[in-house]
Amino acid sequence: MRQPFIFELSSPGRRGASLPPCDVPEEKISDLIPEAMLRKSPPRLPEVSEVDAVRHFTRLSRKNYGVDIGFYPLGSCTMKYNPKVSERAASFQSFLDIHPYQDEETVQGALGLMYDLGKYLCEIAGVDDITFQPAAGAHGELTGLAMIKAYHSHRGDDRKKVLIPDSAHGTNPASAALCGYEVVKVPSNERGGVDIQALRDLTDNSIAALMLTNPNTLGLFEEDILEIAEIVHGNGGLLYYDGANANAILGFARPGDMGFDVVHFNLHKTFSTPHGGGGPGAGPVGVKKNLAPFLPAPTVEKKDGKYYLDDDRPLTIGKVSTFYGNFNVLVKAYTYIRALGAEGLKRVAEISVLNANYCMERLEEYYLLPYERRCMHEFVISANKQKRNGVKALDIAKRLMDFGFHPPTIYFPLIVQEALMIEPTETESKETLDAFIEAMINIAKEAEETPEEVLEAPHTTPLGRLDETLAARKPDLRWIPNE
Amino acid sequence: MDFIPNTRLDEEELLKVVRASSIDELFEDIPEKIRLRRALELPPSLDENSLISHMEDIARDVKKGSAIFLGAGAYDHFIPTAVDHIISRSEFYTSYTPYQPELSQGTLQAMYEYQSAICELTALDVANASMYDGGSALAEAAKMAAEATGRKKILIPKSLHPSYRQVVDTYLAHMGYILQEIEYRDGVIDLELIEEKVDDDTACLLLQQPNFFGSLEDALGISEIVHRSGALLVACVNPISLGLLQPPGEYGADIAVGEGQPLGLHLNFGGPYLGFMACSQKLVRRLPGRIVGKTLDTAGKEGFVLTLQTREQHIRREKATSNICSNSSLCALAAVVYLSLVGKEGLREVATTSLQKAHYTASSLQKIGFERLFKAPFFNEFVMDSPIDPIKVNEVLLKEGIIGGLPLGRYYSELPNAMLFCVTEKRTKEEIDRLVRVLEGIL
Ligand SMILES: Cc1ncc(COP(=O)(O)O)c(C=O)c1O
Repeated sequence: MRQPFIFELSSPGRRGASLPPCDVPEEKISDLIPEAMLRKSPPRLPEVSEVDAVRHFTRLSRKNYGVDIGFYPLGSCTMKYNPKVSERAASFQSFLDIHPYQDEETVQGALGLMYDLGKYLCEIAGVDDITFQPAAGAHGELTGLAMIKAYHSHRGDDRKKVLIPDSAHGTNPASAALCGYEVVKVPSNERGGVDIQALRDLTDNSIAALMLTNPNTLGLFEEDILEIAEIVHGNGGLLYYDGANANAILGFARPGDMGFDVVHFNLHKTFSTPHGGGGPGAGPVGVKKNLAPFLPAPTVEKKDGKYYLDDDRPLTIGKVSTFYGNFNVLVKAYTYIRALGAEGLKRVAEISVLNANYCMERLEEYYLLPYERRCMHEFVISANKQKRNGVKALDIAKRLMDFGFHPPTIYFPLIVQEALMIEPTETESKETLDAFIEAMINIAKEAEETPEEVLEAPHTTPLGRLDETLAARKPDLRWIPNE
Repeated sequence: MDFIPNTRLDEEELLKVVRASSIDELFEDIPEKIRLRRALELPPSLDENSLISHMEDIARDVKKGSAIFLGAGAYDHFIPTAVDHIISRSEFYTSYTPYQPELSQGTLQAMYEYQSAICELTALDVANASMYDGGSALAEAAKMAAEATGRKKILIPKSLHPSYRQVVDTYLAHMGYILQEIEYRDGVIDLELIEEKVDDDTACLLLQQPNFFGSLEDALGISEIVHRSGALLVACVNPISLGLLQPPGEYGADIAVGEGQPLGLHLNFGGPYLGFMACSQKLVRRLPGRIVGKTLDTAGKEGFVLTLQTREQHIRREKATSNICSNSSLCALAAVVYLSLVGKEGLREVATTSLQKAHYTASSLQKIGFERLFKAPFFNEFVMDSPIDPIKVNEVLLKEGIIGGLPLGRYYSELPNAMLFCVTEKRTKEEIDRLVRVLEGIL
């Protein structure tokens, strides 16, 4: 059923909030602010009661699918279960009420938490120092590349290009461009890894860095990582680690040991802070010693048992956030790490990889598997087999909704046709995986026998497929009252 | 404590199916040389009860002020209880970017309503579905203006928040733009200096309204000068102030951005916050980030999707308008819930009460020997010259549980004794009088 816009529920004079009264002597507004600077007509915001607003947004929430509702194998996004204890800790009033410019003396607990979390993440990544300012993975990429740029220019070495595999996520090239770099695409080999010969040919002293996701976006570990690092380092370039897939290697291998100089983590993926319908996340960036001087200011430091914000960083790239990053998200990640400990984190990698291999193994018979290898925490299949009957990856995704699942990521990575990228995560039971696998097998059969069933899906959601072309051709991006 | 349902028994079954004798075998692609053959050095795992106690201990090591007179980009406004209640619905917070619209109509409609509310506030045509925070939104707006005009020079007033200036600087340092500072006079931008600096290579001016000092700039005058040479005006606004003050669209701003934190988000030590962004129709295809649009489903029913995606990184890669992917969606949801609850009248009331209380505070402080440094009209923040060292002032206030204003000396060496005070509608007359009494006692 259509839920009217909150604006349409409006009724003049209705109020949904009880506001603090004005208990000071009032002056005429026009004596305080010149008429010309005042608003002539109020914004047309809704006028609704509290119950109107609560029902409206609660009803909207029921039109959403989240991890708390069911399986959400959206590859590359690590939609694992978000522990409630993390939410509880993050909602402590004393965390919520801290003003970012409060005296350091008064926020020792918060700074200490950031300091310790930084140490944990450095240990997990195998790096030396860290910034929490980036609000997401892409923001971390921008920050990391800016540091790489500052590092080279500090040495009087003006490098113009960044190498990025053709399997990389779109944010990688977009971040490189934002840092003023020319993007050079590195082809993948037949095993889904970086083509070493091509890398050799493309690498010279104009290369500032190579950006890599490992395991890569096919869910495959770059077996040649040491050689890759040697080639790039050998030419004076640096290695950037896109941590989107770090779930697979927790406690098994560390980017720093693989040769990466700069590493971001997506706390909203690997460390189980919720995705919030698109954000906020957190994308802290760790670096090796040689890059530490370039970290954004301030960093969190400790001296004589006291924590403080260190703004005295002469070589800093500056700031990427107004304040210190998404503190409340950090509280959740900290809570998560303290819940799991070293053993628990390693088990995350173990089970996420086991679950993915299990799903892959069982689906291989029904779907095209472009790379016949063991996968890490996710895998990519292709709907090319089904396409012969006109059934595309998109159709399979839509049909999965009828079975009660969120679809996998589709059409990414770009190097696999009709890609479906499946990331089960460690927080799903065998029963859930089996139910998903059954649904996928069913859909494969339908694609053969009754393709229209798949092509017309979804059948059970409140709305059918939505017309994206219409949306883009005639953009309707806001409510406007009928007058 | 972990959150893994599979038991050792399940594990064995799965291993059988994948034909591996151990889990370790699944990790064989990792070269031995980089296999971590020791345990990570982390504190031991905690059971839930111990973990909660531990987190409570940390929280106890944060001292809460009973009254906050500190603003400077993060504001202690009242948050109606229903806001947190709604954003705690896990249908919202455990979902992700609405890539699959049929399962995401809740988020999508809420974002469409959020975009609509931001357009209403700013009096501009279109808005995106959120950016990380005010600083990064401003940086992206500056880049957008430079690309739209094909010009290189960006004018940055010194009366703009120092951290925002740094974020803009950091974002744009690599793109060959020229960032030029403009001095202030009596706490506002010196219009003559703009006249001097604006030329036909000027892409935009970044106007903060009210500015960092809380003062109101002559937005109309500035807009006129900036546009005369074909440059764009980027306005960085406090959304609460728009309940009372002229909106950016009405003084000719081409892009409006700002920090959405005052709209129902907790202070949270600086994040997560919400960057909002709106612009005129002609710039819509240059907007960064997600945009939600209305459309129809196969049966002709109204629904919502992410739209104009050819601007974005997942399609355009290095040619995208921005690299942003995850944004601040849940914070945008909080903002639209806040704006719905407070409503048309309520927003004006919050703004007016803040204005009145700030002016009452300023004149009370003036009576005891603090001096207002700038004469321009102000909204709910103002700069006071303190007769004694601002650091000392705050120490004394803190002993009384009051968090004082921001000492400006470290950002503006020419203002060594200046303090930036902020008063929201939440401060009571009793709290304000107490602030004044304590300060009177040390003068
Ligand atoms: C491989 C990869 N890199 C980078 C990103 C960008 O991360 P964020 O959305 O946190 O900015 C993603 C997000 O989906 C990703 O999957």
